[in-house]
Amino acid sequence: MTAVASQDLAAPSSDEPPGGNSRPAVSRTPTWRRLLRRPLAVISLAYLVLLVLAAVFADVVAPYDPADLDLDHVLSGPSAGHLLGTDPLGRDVLSRLIHGGQVSLVNGGVAALTFVMVGVATGLVAGFFGGWTDRVFTWAVDVVIAIPGLIVLLVVLTVFGGNMTVAMAALGILSAPGFARVVRGVTLGVRQELYISAAKVSGLPTRHILLRHVLPRVTGPILVQASLFFGAALLVDAGLAYLGFGVQPPTPTWGGMIIEAASVISQQPWLLVPPGITLALATLSFALLGDAIRDTSAERTGRQSGNARRRSAARRAELPRPAGAPDPAALLSVRGLTVSLPTSGGTADVVADVDLDVRPGETVGLVGESGCGKSITASALLGLLPAGGEIRTGRVQLGDVDLTTAGKSLLRSVRGSRIALISQEPVASLDPVFTAGQQVDELVRRHHGGSRQAVRARTLELLTSVRLRDPESVARRYPHELSGGMAQRVAIAMALAGEPDLLVADEPTTALDVTVQAEILRLLQSIQAERGMAVLLITHDWGVVAQVCQRAYVMYAGHVVESAPVAAMIDQPLHPYSAGLLASMPGRGRPGHHLASIPGTVPAPADWPAGCHFAPRCALATEDCAAPVPLSEPAPGRLSRCVHHDRLIEGATA
Amino acid sequence: MLQLIARRLSVSVLLILLISFLTFVLQSLAPGDVAKTILNSGSGQLGGGYTDEQYQELRRALGLDQPLLVQYWDWLSHAIRGDLGVSPVSGVDVTSAISSRLPVTVSLVVLGTVVTAALGIGLGMISAVRGGRLGRVVDVFSVIGFALPNFWLALLLVALFAVSLGMLPATGYVPIDVSPAEWARSLILPIATLSLSATASFAKQTRDSMLDTLSRDFVRMLRANGASEASIVFRHGLRNAAIPVVTLVGLLFIGLFSGAVFIESVFALPGMGRLAVQATEQHDLPVVQGVVVVLTLVVVVTNLAVDLVYGWLNPKVRVS
Ligand code: SF4
Repeated sequence: MTAVASQDLAAPSSDEPPGGNSRPAVSRTPTWRRLLRRPLAVISLAYLVLLVLAAVFADVVAPYDPADLDLDHVLSGPSAGHLLGTDPLGRDVLSRLIHGGQVSLVNGGVAALTFVMVGVATGLVAGFFGGWTDRVFTWAVDVVIAIPGLIVLLVVLTVFGGNMTVAMAALGILSAPGFARVVRGVTLGVRQELYISAAKVSGLPTRHILLRHVLPRVTGPILVQASLFFGAALLVDAGLAYLGFGVQPPTPTWGGMIIEAASVISQQPWLLVPPGITLALATLSFALLGDAIRDTSAERTGRQSGNARRRSAARRAELPRPAGAPDPAALLSVRGLTVSLPTSGGTADVVADVDLDVRPGETVGLVGESGCGKSITASALLGLLPAGGEIRTGRVQLGDVDLTTAGKSLLRSVRGSRIALISQEPVASLDPVFTAGQQVDELVRRHHGGSRQAVRARTLELLTSVRLRDPESVARRYPHELSGGMAQRVAIAMALAGEPDLLVADEPTTALDVTVQAEILRLLQSIQAERGMAVLLITHDWGVVAQVCQRAYVMYAGHVVESAPVAAMIDQPLHPYSAGLLASMPGRGRPGHHLASIPGTVPAPADWPAGCHFAPRCALATEDCAAPVPLSEPAPGRLSRCVHHDRLIEGATA
Repeated sequence: MLQLIARRLSVSVLLILLISFLTFVLQSLAPGDVAKTILNSGSGQLGGGYTDEQYQELRRALGLDQPLLVQYWDWLSHAIRGDLGVSPVSGVDVTSAISSRLPVTVSLVVLGTVVTAALGIGLGMISAVRGGRLGRVVDVFSVIGFALPNFWLALLLVALFAVSLGMLPATGYVPIDVSPAEWARSLILPIATLSLSATASFAKQTRDSMLDTLSRDFVRMLRANGASEASIVFRHGLRNAAIPVVTLVGLLFIGLFSGAVFIESVFALPGMGRLAVQATEQHDLPVVQGVVVVLTLVVVVTNLAVDLVYGWLNPKVRVS
């Protein structure tokens, strides 16, 4: 849409992320070089440079004088003599177009310059000094954004006798607030960082901080916004010229040429084309250039290097071994599950060759740090991988159904009635615009049907069964009116609506207070006992595992590295990673623990080593660990993916 | 909620005062004044030349010799009673000039908003759910829609549908009480122009907010526990995506008032935009000022309406 109001012009800035916490570039190629690798950006830039050059050297480049009348050849279409034809007075259209650019580009430049100066200056000051300066700023932004911009331009034109330069400067000011907000956000971010690094405390002058630390960060947003705005300003300039303001005929302007074309629209409609297309392409180029700059600076902060990309591509070729047979006694039997997700450079396997069994009524833990693939495993079980995610190989056998080959409708009929989910953020997992009761109702209706009263009665029953003290009042409340614990109970009630055989609980207590955590765990245990339901509990918290699980799988970097009955594993882990996790096990339920005994963090999938994934962090690693390590069975019912598991036992006894 | 509305109202009143006062300040900064304009334009009874004495007399008659604040207060106290003064150029009462033009602009903008929002929401929803090619088409057209000057697009439509095909009138406006059919015909091209340039970007924004909703935790939770896809998209998706879309509709509505200024000129529609443009050409400040105040009121009322609907859709705001 033709962006004529200041509020439209400010719009592109709103989705610009405040770059305050963007990390330094991984890639060392300068932004402009990478910009030149984008064909659209190059074409746009070339077109704009051409326009500017043509306008600057108009006297030399234009084939005719723009004011030369040739009354013998009026309104001729494009011809060899007049490439773009002639206007009603026989003047050469191409020459007028070239000269017309002078006025338009200068006007656009005035607007863009004002826009940048006002936006940067006010944003910097507000973000840097904060306090009442910032409050005044915020208020002023609110006011200016609500001003009907184009009409105020008309006021300015009335008062200043049609002076276009003043009008364009006013346009710049009126459009600056959205941009100023972006600058303020970035500045605020830098200021907070500086407090942490104490640069400010050590007495650097303000000017120095602004120039050295803040300006470089806002250069990207400045270029993006200035480019988009320049395009919009050209449109406003042409529009005002079309309305008859600004430079008067016979001096050519693009907007003026459109008026002239309009007056002969029935004789020679072609005349509309050259000025309109020239203008539209200019605006389009500015918009595309702005987008390209935004994308390139976003790419710069992207994490994956070319090297890692190649390695993840190489891993794709290495096929996982054929999946073993599922356990017929198990309710859920996963074999050789391999899941890939899209990354910035293609796809990478984030879960590799996972085997997992859950028997009816059993509680099984799936344990690991964040980033080890346990939540993706859960999503894969439910057929809910994020867009682009794919189960590459493996089987997920739920009773008689293989979920990896099941069609959409079969999957849908299984979800809720045989396998269900509760997740980490209880409040976020409820729809904010419906009451708790309405949401449970929906699933009850879906699984059992029945009259409105019957459904609601069942809902209240469910809410009672999750030990909510006042189910009627909870049913009437919206999610934001519920505490975390209450919301999680409602979520459990929703999951129970279809009487599933297996409940996947994805970090169900992580976001809750310690006391509430214990209550929710007890609730899960008692529900399970009552209904004979199996639970797959995904968590990073050994306390939780120890309290409720019979068996546990430990995952690290996409692999199951150990599985065992919980008591046995706590007593004697058979994998260095499990041992490390257990050693750093906090007092029960203390959130945000650190793995004191394991240095480093889980590597990104692209950086997994070819051999044992844990090798870079493992104290026991030797050369033997550089080759892929299969799961072995060091003791009955126990599996370990470690070549040196026996050393753990020696270590324990020594 | 009430608190929010109270704050909005206080900002709004301040906004209107500030803008009207600013126009007064600008006026005093500018070279020349209304008296000179009248004398020069010759529409006064004095014709071309005038003496300094005549000039001073006219200034006194118009109250221009008073201090700025007194002049402003004078204007304001009348404006509150709905009297926006008299045009010194044409001698017309500003309030009645605006109220006779308002219906034209309002029908254009309201219908433009309805058409654009309906098409945009439809397209946005489909491309959110279906994705793929349609999504890319929407992306491309939203950039093109941004780049095309709408007055130029209007002229192209005139050249095609009015001049070449002769299907629709090129210019002019027929009031609805004269002939509803002709009224509709006279508005088709203007509305088509407004919607053509705005629909794609509206669709893109709708799609983005729909996709945003569909990627939220509760959607995963509903899917995992067996809610039907139709319910997820139309019940949960639509209700949640509607919250930001309401804000977008408000912005669209306000934006189209600016677009209408150009469209009214192209199609010679006797609306407020055209009034403002003519007044600007004639340095007729009271009229321009009147239009500014009325449009600011429109913005303020729109924002309030958006707030109310927003609160009604969003239980979080509704209750608090
Ligand atoms: S296989 Fe080697 S590197 Fe891996 S856990 Fe065992 S000892 Fe450590």
